[in-house]
Amino acid sequence: MEYILIVISAVFVNNIVLNQFLGVCPFLGVSNKISTAVGMGAAVIFVMTLSTLFTYLLQRYILDPLQIGFMQTVTFILVIAALVQMVEIILKKTSPALYQALGIFLPLITTNCAVLGVSILVVTKELSFGGAPAMLNLPQALVYTASMAAGFGLALILFAGLREQMELVGIPKPFRGVPIALITAGILALAFMGFSGIV
Amino acid sequence: MSKWKIITRGIIKENPTFVLVLGMCPTLGTTTSAINGMGMGLATTFVLMLSNYAISLLAGLIPSKIRIPAYVVVIAIFVTVVQLLMQAYVPALYQTLGLFIPLIVVNCIVLGRAEAFASKNKPVDSFFDGLGSGLGFTLSLTVLGIVRELLGSGSFFGLKLLSGDGILVFILAPGAFLVLGYLMVLFNKIKQA
Repeated sequence: MEYILIVISAVFVNNIVLNQFLGVCPFLGVSNKISTAVGMGAAVIFVMTLSTLFTYLLQRYILDPLQIGFMQTVTFILVIAALVQMVEIILKKTSPALYQALGIFLPLITTNCAVLGVSILVVTKELSFGGAPAMLNLPQALVYTASMAAGFGLALILFAGLREQMELVGIPKPFRGVPIALITAGILALAFMGFSGIV
Repeated sequence: MSKWKIITRGIIKENPTFVLVLGMCPTLGTTTSAINGMGMGLATTFVLMLSNYAISLLAGLIPSKIRIPAYVVVIAIFVTVVQLLMQAYVPALYQTLGLFIPLIVVNCIVLGRAEAFASKNKPVDSFFDGLGSGLGFTLSLTVLGIVRELLGSGSFFGLKLLSGDGILVFILAPGAFLVLGYLMVLFNKIKQA
């Protein structure tokens, strides 16, 4: 039951882009076509879950016992950057097809603040399910991260669908490009606000 | 190029938010009030100045193949400094800005200035370039914060101007996208005229 709550809360209620403002740059940047949006979404789910696995263990078994929590930012960003590089190299060698599909998105992901943001969020966030608030354990953290990333994918695909339609209509000149994209995102965020209060 | 020109370029002609559209996450996420937006902007300015200065000093020593990770580490060090300073001296602001302070590391503006300016220019010039870009960013965030605060809670820098509650949606997530979108339209319109 608690896993279902985590999933619904992370995907819909606290959507990472439309509610928490993480990963807005790729959200605006790679949302012109549905097909690229799907590729980017898949790459983010993969990298985010993997990097949270490593940063979570790093936090609990190295930073916490040694009481060097202030090193969090430096170490996390290094782990994520190294991990993305490694994934890229491994994919290139072992699965050229997957590399073809996800490859171009991987370098973009290192500078995606959603990855660093979520990995910091899961080690600091406390969730409560009826009882007292408690830190997330490892399986909960992984489910939470994967759902956050899925929420990113969902928002990206919905937004790409909207933008594909907008290609066909005449937009006043000052609105063209980023401004109309932001206003559309605002309306999408309004729609997502309807989910608040479910969990 | 004179120092003054370097600074003003970052504020208007190459404004990080309205012209370059960089650093969207903190722009949208922290501008629920004018003071929060300004705090976030100043924290970023601090990191930008110091990281630009340090990277400009180190640029000759770093092999070009590993320069990006090296820059990120330098930036992360200064972000940690800011984090600890804010925790000590402005704990309330640190609490509100929360996650967005460590996320200055992945702010495209900081890495962008390091790569585009600091790696090719003298340390002092880079310092002022960081100051200019940072002030441009602070200015946009403050303006966005002022508009959202005014519409959302009817106050100006915490000073209550209108009685009543204001339009709550402007403080919530959708308001951030909408206000920034319409401000950009206004910016484009003024630029065209």
